[in-house]
Amino acid sequence: MKLPPLTSLPNPVKSAFAPSGEGGPVIVNIGPSHPATHGTVQIIAELDGERVLRTDVHCGYLHRGFEKECESHTWHTVIPYVDRLNYVSALINDFAYCEGVERLLGIEITPRCRYLRTLLSEYSRLVDHLTCVAAGLMELGAMTAFLYLVMIRDYMYEHIADLTGARVTYSYGRIGGLARDLPAGWLTRLAEILDRYEVFIARVHGLVDRNRIFIDRMRDVGVLTTAAAIDYGYTGPILRSTGAPRDLRRDTPYLAYAELDFDIPVGIKGDNYDRYFVRMREMDESVYMIRQLMEMLPEGPVDVVDHRCMFPDKALVYTEIESLINHFKLVMDGPAVPAGEVYVAHESPNGELGFYLVSTGGGIPHKVHVRAPSFVHMGGVHTMLNGYQLADIVPTFGSVNMIGGECDR
Amino acid sequence: MTQGTLDTLRERFSADGLPAEIALGTLVVHVAAPAMHAFAAKLKSESGFDMLLDVTAIDWPGRDPRFDVVWHFYSTHEHVRVRVKTAVTEGSPVVPSLTKLYGSAAFMERECHDMYGIAFDGNDDLRPILLYEGFVGHPLRKDYPKDREQPLVPYRTP
Amino acid sequence: MMARPATIPIARADARSGAFEYVTTKKDELIGWARKFSLFPYPFVTACCAMEFMAVSSSPYDTDRFGAALPRFSPRQADLLMVVGTVTHKQAPILRKVYEQMCEPKWVMAFGVCATSGGFYQNYAAVQGIDRVIPVDVYIPGCPPRPEMVIDGIMQLQQKIATASHPILTERF
Repeated sequence: MKLPPLTSLPNPVKSAFAPSGEGGPVIVNIGPSHPATHGTVQIIAELDGERVLRTDVHCGYLHRGFEKECESHTWHTVIPYVDRLNYVSALINDFAYCEGVERLLGIEITPRCRYLRTLLSEYSRLVDHLTCVAAGLMELGAMTAFLYLVMIRDYMYEHIADLTGARVTYSYGRIGGLARDLPAGWLTRLAEILDRYEVFIARVHGLVDRNRIFIDRMRDVGVLTTAAAIDYGYTGPILRSTGAPRDLRRDTPYLAYAELDFDIPVGIKGDNYDRYFVRMREMDESVYMIRQLMEMLPEGPVDVVDHRCMFPDKALVYTEIESLINHFKLVMDGPAVPAGEVYVAHESPNGELGFYLVSTGGGIPHKVHVRAPSFVHMGGVHTMLNGYQLADIVPTFGSVNMIGGECDR
Repeated sequence: MTQGTLDTLRERFSADGLPAEIALGTLVVHVAAPAMHAFAAKLKSESGFDMLLDVTAIDWPGRDPRFDVVWHFYSTHEHVRVRVKTAVTEGSPVVPSLTKLYGSAAFMERECHDMYGIAFDGNDDLRPILLYEGFVGHPLRKDYPKDREQPLVPYRTP
Repeated sequence: MMARPATIPIARADARSGAFEYVTTKKDELIGWARKFSLFPYPFVTACCAMEFMAVSSSPYDTDRFGAALPRFSPRQADLLMVVGTVTHKQAPILRKVYEQMCEPKWVMAFGVCATSGGFYQNYAAVQGIDRVIPVDVYIPGCPPRPEMVIDGIMQLQQKIATASHPILTERF
């Protein structure tokens, strides 16, 4: 069948600036299908030779209607959608959302669940930073470092698949607990992976840290000051790279972070090199935290006993009428979460990931809003791109770690 | 989020005549829409809320005023958050824009306008950000059917 | 003794000899073999499936074994359009444009359920399957698909490419 002709394809966005005619600055369109825009962001750049004068960043090409979907699903069945927000560190989204619902329900999770969630959050942070650094290095041409980091990431994916059943998006968090407890031998394998990680990270440090080309491309490029960062709502490694030691795990501790010993790496200039190095150091801190948590993990159940949101044991569902009806109501109507609103924020690898949940007392949320760090960061990325070279757009954009699922929701 | 700081702030806002309560660990303040800019400026300069976290809206279809516009602010020094709510009607969903106070407001207000149709007075760039040029309607309103697609490229038969 | 036939039969225009068909079949196999082992993918990457795309391009799952390692980020240089992740209505014109810019022969792989059928995003924003916008040759379900599934999909596409017939020479004769 003949496809409609190309000239009739509409333009989905309007640029903020128009071509200025002969001899003026050139306007270049980068993206949204571009290897270095991490999915789907369009940057319309006005160039004077190689220098970028102005940029107009357009996101939204991956807007999948997350909030609208949530309004027609029960509190439980929202969890797979939540996973696919920041899909490189999916577990953190799960746990932040589940904590929001647990706060509305007034549930206190078990100690084992708390420590496990902390451990898995740090594990997810490792995966996210590995992906960000790997992609950033690949875009600069450091293919070897990319392959090393992705290999470690693959070990972690397979390892998490042993626990959750999936490699990338897990749906592992549950309201009131987790989907299942650790399988036998999981922690042993975790120790092995962390040892392998240290070998590979040492190699990447050796390849990249004092590499003349890397320093020339990343130092003093994409500089962000602390004041500008706070003004534009930057949190997470980007804010820390400007020198401000702000970290939700330390400032407003949640889960088991109050009991852990960890440093907060900060940068000195807020440029691309600092963002890279802050992420590398944060990975080391995450490994240290995971090792502490492996020692501290208490025994006990992983789920609370609360019929409002936890599914009863399958053996009981098939034999007892009360459990059957409980299960039925939870599946068909969803857990009846008391009316109210809550805003829960976790420190995701990109910054403050907030869930603003509004409940009207039913099993279906009235509103599930995500305060997505990537989206807020896109609002300020033009300050890091303007004034630099065209070729600097690639590493700067890579260091901001825009995740499309989270940015566009 | 220290309880003491929240209590002090709540008393200060109540003294100013603004209804404020602490719900589930967050201070919630209700402000009238026209007073929002001045209140936000005061929050930033006096109470040290230097980061605007989030701007969104809630649609209450049966209620008049229909929309609640919700802001979340964070103080990087005190580590507390405050939620500010204001109610606007369907006929005139206009609130002041905070782009002059916070740079992060620009994108967030564009999204709120896209999804709910809330107009931000003072933000002259309310182009669609998550949706596209030519999209009619505001999808997160409760009366927008979830499945109503507005394809830009006409569908072909597979 | 039988009389010699009066005329010697001439080969008719539509008569085929076995030798000729052997040549054209082998020609088709050669072209199919060359094309299937030199796929240049254009990774039209949008969402979470990108993680598995990165994994399948790296060790241990390696698409380089199939000759499909080198991504070409210009549609003019690519022949396999891998649509990785959800395509939204905002993105659909760009997908059409990239598809149109690719030269023949070209194949399209729908990587993941979102590209296959819209995934679980049945709403105003997501295109319910990219085959509503461009023709697709192989669909790989999964959310995201395991790398082994992607390799299976690539092998099935290779099978399709290898067994395609190329009606040059045979028609003109």
